[in-house]
Amino acid sequence: MEYDIIIGLEIHSELKTQSKVFCGCKNEFGGDPNTQCCPVCLGMPGTLPVLNKTALEYAIKAGLAMNCKISRFSKLDRKNFFYPDMPKAYQISQYDLPICYDGYVDIEVNGETKRIGIERIHIEEDAGKLVHDPYGQGTLIDYNRCGVPLIEIVTRPDIRSPEEARILFETIKSILEYTEVSDCRMQEGSIRADVNLSIRPKGTEAFGVRTEMKNLNSFRSVQRAAEAEAKRQAEVLRKGGVVIQETRRWDDNKGESFSMRGKEEAMDYRYFPEPDLVPIVVDDEWLESIKRSIPELPQSRRDRYINELGIPRYDANLITMNKRVADMFDAAVAVCGNAKTVSNWIMTDIMRRINDKGEAVLDSPLNGKRFGEILLFLEKGEITQASAKKVMDEVIETGAEPSEIIEKRGLKVQRDENLVLDAVRKVIQSNPQAFNDYVSGKEKAFGFLMGRVMGELKGKGDPAQVKEVLTRELQAASS
Amino acid sequence: MMKLRELTLKETHDLLKAGEIGVVELTREYLDAIHENNPSINCYVTLCENEALNQAEEAQKRLSSGEENSALCGIPMGIKDNMCTYGVRTTCASKMLENFIPPYSSTAVDRLLKKGAVMLGKLNMDEFAMGSSTENTIFGPTRNPWNTEYVAGGSSGGSAAAVAANLAGFTLGSDTGGSIRQPAAFCGVVGLKPTYGLVSRYGLVAFASSLDQIGPLTKDVTDCALVMDEVVAHDPMDSTSVAWENGSFTEDLEKGVKGLSLGLPAEFFDSALDDGVRKAILKTIKLLEEQGASAQETALPGIKHAVPAYYLISSSEASANLARYDGIRYGHRSKAAKNIDEVYRSSRGEGFGREVKRRILLGTYALSSGYHDELYNKALKVRRIIANEFARAFEQFDVIIGPAYPTTAFKLGEKLEDPLKMYLSDIYTAGVNLAGLPGLVVPCGLDDKNMPIGIQLIGKPFSEKLLLRIGYAIEKAVGSFKALKNEGRA
Ligand SMILES: [Zn+2]
Repeated sequence: MEYDIIIGLEIHSELKTQSKVFCGCKNEFGGDPNTQCCPVCLGMPGTLPVLNKTALEYAIKAGLAMNCKISRFSKLDRKNFFYPDMPKAYQISQYDLPICYDGYVDIEVNGETKRIGIERIHIEEDAGKLVHDPYGQGTLIDYNRCGVPLIEIVTRPDIRSPEEARILFETIKSILEYTEVSDCRMQEGSIRADVNLSIRPKGTEAFGVRTEMKNLNSFRSVQRAAEAEAKRQAEVLRKGGVVIQETRRWDDNKGESFSMRGKEEAMDYRYFPEPDLVPIVVDDEWLESIKRSIPELPQSRRDRYINELGIPRYDANLITMNKRVADMFDAAVAVCGNAKTVSNWIMTDIMRRINDKGEAVLDSPLNGKRFGEILLFLEKGEITQASAKKVMDEVIETGAEPSEIIEKRGLKVQRDENLVLDAVRKVIQSNPQAFNDYVSGKEKAFGFLMGRVMGELKGKGDPAQVKEVLTRELQAASS
Repeated sequence: MMKLRELTLKETHDLLKAGEIGVVELTREYLDAIHENNPSINCYVTLCENEALNQAEEAQKRLSSGEENSALCGIPMGIKDNMCTYGVRTTCASKMLENFIPPYSSTAVDRLLKKGAVMLGKLNMDEFAMGSSTENTIFGPTRNPWNTEYVAGGSSGGSAAAVAANLAGFTLGSDTGGSIRQPAAFCGVVGLKPTYGLVSRYGLVAFASSLDQIGPLTKDVTDCALVMDEVVAHDPMDSTSVAWENGSFTEDLEKGVKGLSLGLPAEFFDSALDDGVRKAILKTIKLLEEQGASAQETALPGIKHAVPAYYLISSSEASANLARYDGIRYGHRSKAAKNIDEVYRSSRGEGFGREVKRRILLGTYALSSGYHDELYNKALKVRRIIANEFARAFEQFDVIIGPAYPTTAFKLGEKLEDPLKMYLSDIYTAGVNLAGLPGLVVPCGLDDKNMPIGIQLIGKPFSEKLLLRIGYAIEKAVGSFKALKNEGRA
C-alpha cells in the first residue's frame, strides 16, 4: 500500500537579545559554567521575573515575518515539571494565548511555491544544561543557558514529505536570520526542531497516529529522521501492527530512532497563568514600529534578484536562503557590477567552501567587498580564473587585500605580444607529436597545446589572446 | 520608670531626634528584653545581635549629622522569616530552608535598612506562611504575649507577638489570606495588609504569588502610617508592583470620620461570629457613628465561597512556587537519596512539614488535567465574583467594617488536628486577598478571657489613607493599644 506522509514541525529558536528574558544576565553563548546567572534565573526563593521587552519585540517581529496575527492581549503561563536543569521546576511559557498565531510561510519545492501554515509562535525560557562530570561519577549542571529567551514556532501539519520538512526548516531559519531575531547557530543548539509525523493510506482523509521526534539540530537530521520514521511506521502497518503515540529520540549516528515515552506516560504540565507577570498588551503604536523595523525578507529579495538582476530562479533561491550569503552577493555586485558573474562564483566557489568548511567561511576576511574586487579584476581580464581562485584562497588565509596579492604574486595577465609569441613558438617546437595530431585534424590536441602555453606563461596569459596567437601560429606552421 | 521599648515608634523617634536617647542604648534595651522574654514568647528564631549594634551605631551617626531624618532611622525592627535578608538565614520556619542564607535582600527590608532601621532578628511563622497559629514551625510555636497558653495567630505570629511584647519597635509580616490581620487581632496590635502591588514582593519567599502582600505590624496606627511611608515604592524588580502617588500615609490621620459611610456585610456577622467579638465590634462602630459616620448593613453573598476559592488558588500557586525546593541547588537534601528521583522524593518528604505537604497535594490536584476546570478555573470565577461584589459595595460605602476573625486567640494545640476548621475561620480575611484590597486591623477591645479583639476595615484599592484615618479615630475612641493592654493586665 502507498502512504501519504503528514508532518508538522515545532521549532525552538533562541532570541539574540542582549540580556536574558526575565533577568539582567548577559545572553551569551559560552562562558565558564554558571558564570552567567543570578538569583532570578536560578529561581532562588523570593526572586521574581521581569519580562524583557526586547524578547517580546523579537517574537512579534518573527511572527510578522511569518505572516502571523499578533495577540493584542496575551499572557505567560507556568508549565510545571521537575528536571534538574529547570531551577524553578516550572518553565515560564505561553499556553492558550500565544503572542503570534495563524500565519504561514511559503517554501520553494522543486521550483514550485508551497504554503505551510503557522499555527502559533510563543515565547518561553530556555533551560540549563546537564554535563557529565569529567572527574567523577555524577552529573553537573550549567545554568548559563537558563532563562535565555526562546520562541517556539508550531506549524500546521501541512508538510507532505521529509524534503519539504527540511526546506521548511531552512526557510524558517532564513527568516529568523533576516529579521535578525536569532543567530540560528545550529551547532550550538540555538535552533532545533521537533518532528511530528504520521502516515495514512493514499487517498484517505483521516490522520494516522503521530509520533514526535525531539531536538533535531540540523537540516539533514530533520529530513533523515522523517524519512526513517515514515518508513518505520509504514513497516509497522504493513506487518499488521499499530503505530503508538509516543515521543522518540533520533540517533543521527545510528540513523534510527528509539522510543522515549508513550502516551500513557504523557506529562501533565498543569499549566496556569504566571502570577508574577502582568498580562502582555501590545498597542497599535508599538506594533506599527515593529512592522516598520522588518527588513526585506528572503522571498522578496529572491524575486528582486530574478526580476531585476536576471539571476536564475534556482540560484537566486539558494543565495537568498542564507542572509549572509545574500549580503555577500549584494556587496560583491556593488563592487564588480556584473551580478551574473557574482552569482556564478557564489554558486560554485563560495557554496563549495561553505560545504567544505562550514559557515565560518562567511566570517573570513573574504567579505563581499574583497570578493567583488577579485571578480572585477577577472571581469576586466586582468587576472585569470585560476588566479582568481588563488587570490581568494590567500585572502581567506592571510586577510591581505586582493590588489596586494595580485601585485606581490605577479598574477596580472601577461599581454606582451612578443612574450606570448615566444611561448607559443616554444611549445609548438617542443611538442611535435601534438602538433602533428592537430595538423591531422585532432581537435583535442589544441587544448593540450593551449594548456602548455598557459603553463609556459605561468598561468598569467590572457586565454583569448593565447588562443588567437596559437591558432595563427599553428596555421602558419602547418601551411 | 517607663521603658523605652514601650514607647511607640513615633515617640521613640521624637526622643532620638531630640538627642534624649541614643540608638545603641535603645537597641541594647530591645536586645536585653529579647534575651529575657523570647524564651517564653518564642517570636524570634534568629537574632542579629552584632549586626544590629553595628547598624545602631551607623544610624546614630546619620541621625546626629542630620543626614537622615526618616522616622524609622534608629528604630529596632523585626522581620518575618520569609523575607530574604542578605547574609542572614531565611528559613520560612521550614527544615527545607533551615540553613538557607540568601545572597540578596528583599526590596522591602532593603528600603527600611537604607532608612536606618535596625534589624534585631528574624521572626517565627507558620512554615512557608501556611497556617493561622504559628504552630506549624520547626522552631516550636510562638506564644501570645497576653497569655502564653494561647497562640499568637498566624502565619505572621512572630511579627505580631514581637510588637505586642515590646520586643520590636515595629515588624514586617506577610498576608496571603489573613496572615497579618489575624495575628494582629489576636495580639492586640495594628496590622495592615496593603493593596496588592503596593509593597514589592521581591525577596518575599513566595507562597501564593497573586495573593501575597507584605505589610507592617505596629504599636499604633500612626506608626503603621510611618512604616508605610518608607516601605511603599514602585519596584522595577517586581512586575506586579505599582506606584503610590497619593502622598504621605500620615497626612489624613486626624481628619476624623464625619460623613463617612460604613458597610456591615451580613456575612461577617453570622452565627459563626463569637459573641464577645461581635459585641466589641458593634460597640466600636457605635463610637464611630457618634463621631458622625453612618453605618448600614449590606451583603457580600459571594464571600461564603471565599475560603474554598482561596485554598484552591493559594494551594495551586504554592504547588508551583514550592516545586523549586528539590534538594539540587540549596536547601535540605536527603542523605539517603541514591538517584535523582530519590533526591526529589526524599528531600521534599523530609524537608516539608505536614501542612505544607497537604497544600502542595491539594494544589497539584486542583491543577491536574481533569480537575483543572472543576477546581482551579471555578475558583478563579469565584475570585472575580467576590472582587465585583466588593467593587459594587464601594459604590455605596467608603469602607467595609467587621471582625478579622470569628474568635479571639485560641489555645495552643486546640485546632492543630482539625485543619478544616482552621481553614474555615479565614472567612473574613481571605476575600480581601482574592480581591487585592487593603485591610487594616486595629485593636478595639478585650473579651472575657482578657484576650484582644481586632476590628477590620476593608477599602477599595489604594484607600490605605482612609483606612488609617478611620483606624486612628477608633484608636482615639477606644483608647490606644497601650491603654488596652494596661487595662487587660490590670
Ligand atoms: Zn539571571
